[in-house]
Formats: sequence, C-alpha cells, structure tokens
Amino acid sequence: MVRLAQDEQDMLEGKEGPAKQKAMELLVKYAEALGAERFIDTNNVTIIPGSIPDTEIIQNVVPSLDADEIASKFLLDSDQTVVLDRVKAFTTTNATFRDQRYPEIQIGGKPFCDVLQKMVDYFRRVGIIHLATCTPYQVGNIPAKGEHCAWTESSAIAFCNSVIGAYTNIEGLHSSFASAISGKTPLWGMHLDENRLGKVIVDVGIDMEMIRDWYLMGYYVGGELGLDVPIYTNITRIPDLTRLMALCAAGISSGSIVKFHIVGITLEAPTVEIASGKRRDLRMLQFGKKQREKAYGKLNHSNKDDVDIVVLGCPHYTLERMGTVARMLEGKKVHENTRLYVTTCHMIKSLADKMEFTETITKAGGLLLEDTCGLSLDADPSKVFASDSAKLVHYAPGATGLKNTWFGTTEECIQAAITGKWRGELR
Amino acid sequence: MKKIILRGRKVYGGSAEGEALVTEGSLGGFGTFDLKTGIVIDFSHEWLGKNISGKILVFRTGSGSSAWTIAHQALRFTGRSPKAYLIKENNPQTALGAVVARIPSMTDFDQDPTKVISTGDRVKVDADKGIVEITRK
Repeated sequence: MVRLAQDEQDMLEGKEGPAKQKAMELLVKYAEALGAERFIDTNNVTIIPGSIPDTEIIQNVVPSLDADEIASKFLLDSDQTVVLDRVKAFTTTNATFRDQRYPEIQIGGKPFCDVLQKMVDYFRRVGIIHLATCTPYQVGNIPAKGEHCAWTESSAIAFCNSVIGAYTNIEGLHSSFASAISGKTPLWGMHLDENRLGKVIVDVGIDMEMIRDWYLMGYYVGGELGLDVPIYTNITRIPDLTRLMALCAAGISSGSIVKFHIVGITLEAPTVEIASGKRRDLRMLQFGKKQREKAYGKLNHSNKDDVDIVVLGCPHYTLERMGTVARMLEGKKVHENTRLYVTTCHMIKSLADKMEFTETITKAGGLLLEDTCGLSLDADPSKVFASDSAKLVHYAPGATGLKNTWFGTTEECIQAAITGKWRGELR
Repeated sequence: MKKIILRGRKVYGGSAEGEALVTEGSLGGFGTFDLKTGIVIDFSHEWLGKNISGKILVFRTGSGSSAWTIAHQALRFTGRSPKAYLIKENNPQTALGAVVARIPSMTDFDQDPTKVISTGDRVKVDADKGIVEITRK
C-alpha cells in the first residue's frame, strides 16, 4: 500500500479542490499498480496530449467537445468533469500536435486540428507551456542532474535519464497530467538509484561515426533487451546531440530502453563498475557489423525503389541538422513525384526562418512543418516512405498503414527526394 | 480436465474469464492495434491480424511510445477492450494502462505466464485474490 504524506492526503480528500482530488485518486491507483510505497515531489512535467484518439472517438465520449470535459475524461481518466485552475508543476507539452497551417495533409484534417487547437488554448489557460516538441530539452525544458521529473515521449525520457541524468519513468498522458496538477509522482523505477544501474554490457565493435549507426545500435539493442539498462562500451568518439537523440529514439521504439549508460561519456558512467554498481552477473551483448545488418534489415522492407514521401526530423530536427539539410538542398529541386517534409517545433522553426534554412528548403520544394510528427501525415498506404529516423520508420506501418519503408542516412534521404529513387545501402 | 494455477500480484482489481492471447514479446499501444476494432496492425508484432478485444492478453511488458495508455484507454471508449492483462514484467505503461483501461490485471507471477499459458487456453483471472486458473485448450 502506498503511504501518503499529509499534503497528499489533503489533496486526496478534496481539500485542495476536485481537480487535485481526481489527480491524486489516479496517482494512488497508479502507484498501487506499480507497487510504489510513496510519492516524491516533481516540478518538471511533460505531457503528451497530441496523441489523444481521433475526433470520432472523442466526440462519442464528449459530444460537445468541451475542453474541460475532454481533459477530464481523456487526460485525467475521470468520469466526472473537473475544471482545473492551474497546474502546480512546471509543465510543457510534447509533439504530435498539428501544424495548423496545413490541416489537409495531416490525419484527421481540419476537425482534428480544431480539437487540438482547443486543447492548446486550454493548456495556456491552466498554465502549461506549449513547447509542442518531442525534444523539450532543445527548447527550454532542461532539468538538472538528479531532478525528479514526470516525462512522457519515449525518446525524451531516454534522453532525460541517460544524457541529462535527471530521473523519470516512462509516464503516460494520464499520470503526467495528474503529476502536473498535483506536483507528485510515484517514487518507483528510475527515481531510485539502484534501478538506474546497468545490467547488460554492449560491446560496440564499429566506429560509430555515422548518425545512422546510432539509430541501428539502439534499434538492435532495444529489440534484444527487456527492461534492463544497457551499458555501451568501447565508444571512443563523443557523440553529438543528434547522435544521442538517435540512440534514445531507437532503443525505446524497438524495445523499452528508458535509460542507458555510455562508459566514459554519460554522466552516471565514468566506469563500467560505477555504471553497474559493481554487479558481477552482467550479461554480454555484441554490437558489430552482423548485428547492425540485422537491425537495418528489419527497417528496410520495400521492394520498390520509387520513393513517394521523405520525412526528416524525428525526433524534432536540431538546428545543426536543419542547417545541413538546407545546405544539401541549395540549388536543388525535389522530384515531381516525391514529397519532402522536415519536422521540428515552432521555436526551432523560428530560428530556421531567421537563418533562411526554411527559405532554402521551401525553394527546393520541401516543406518545413512545425509542432507535428511525420506519423501525423495523411499518406496513402500504398506509397513508399523513406526517413533518416529508425523511430519514424518503425512506427510508420502501424500509425499510418504505410508498408513500404526505407531507412538510411540523411544524405540518402535527400538524394531520394531529389531523384525520386532509393539508392541507400548499408556501407 | 487438469487445471493449472498461477499466483501473482494485483495490478488492477477485478475478475475475468476468457481465451488467452499470448506472446513472449512485448505489447505496444500507439500504432499497435486499430482503436475501433482491436485488430493488431503492427507489422512487426506476432499478433498481426489478431483481435485483442475480449481476450486475456499475456505478454512480457509494455513497449514503445508513451502514448501506450492513451491507446489502451481508447479501447475502453470504443468498447473493444481486452478482458485482462497478465504481465510478466510490469512497467509504468502496463501499470497505468491497466488503471485507465480499468480491466483486471496481474504481474509478479510465481512462474513465467508467457511460457505457462498458450494462446487459446481458457483462463480465469481473479486479480484481487492474485490467482489465475488455466484450462488447456
């Protein structure tokens, strides 16, 4: 049974109003489901409301599409509608919203854009910062090492735990919204130091220069492990932001890697001994050319080399990638049969506008989208899809119905966009 | 007929009886199944084409996007929920997923449920008592 502190008991009894009461009711059920014994305070929450079901499902439950009622039923899992004044914790939103400028090219069209805009207005009202990104750490939500957070968005969770060294479990929309309201999260899992120790050594046998290989390594290892924390060894090249984002995104797409260590590089892993807590029964896993090929094969399953859609920017593109892509597209034209989309958040897009990256991409025939996700694109399932993100390629079939997918480097994707043909290979 | 008993811990209370759908792998949420039918649409999942609606789901753990719980809650709204979750390794996705799906769920079993139970077995779950009763198909 979870033990409650006085302030938690007060919220649960409704002394702080119905919204906090519903939030605590949900958190208590969640803590009991986890087997947590108590809660810990959090003042850093990210919520993922852009992934709510489609308009039809929402409208069946909430015919009026009233934002308070949608928030109560879909976000807080409360049958009773509660009107929230303000969230208690510092809270930001995740991606999978919609680029409101182009409703027609995104799943659900204008009606779903309108529902999500209604929710954005609601978040502003209750004090949630609308970052609209799967990479909050890029644009203003960077916790401190050791800070207890309640984050959603799988790749950001891996980044938060592994790269930043802050503490978060993989929260869902409902628990994170309840944490935002109450400022509490169950003291369980990644919030406890002993669970952050590595259990599996990954012996890396390739040089890890290419961004693509960081995706493939995460994708392979994610598929091999359950909930165990891996310790990557023999990586001598210090990865940049894009490479770390790739590893985070891939390992939690094919599997459930919420935290990893890279010996000599990530904060909690100066040595294998420290990263593992001197564990003796460490499992060993190889990542070499053979394993890389296996991961590559799982992601590339198209027998057509005509490429219809190229999507870059999953997780949301960094300024470095945006600049690189703009340079690659300088003076070039996207093929008439191919569409090129680049996704990021409005803050990075705003800088891309100022740097004229947006103009270069647009002139070449590409489209820079803000606050949305490649998986929100309304694509004909018979089309051929290519991306430089293993995460996007992993989810595309289930989320969009696309069956023919290619995964490769950013260069190969840009070439595919320009020529309309896939020429990528594992070199 | 011989019955097999598994003991475990309640994740979310209640009882249910039905046919098992089992994987030694993990279960996703977002992009894994069609929310309006319950049919698995993830090409890489061994349940591809099967319907999870009305089944006792037996799997390793929750994987993938943190939209997991949204998808499993949505099945409740569309009336396509599974009847129970039997989870080998409980994680925040499966714990919260069980709470918002509001279906009986258990974990921390005395034996690996993904090995003891086979797809098609008749399974009776009493999450409050922590007991699963299996009748072979």
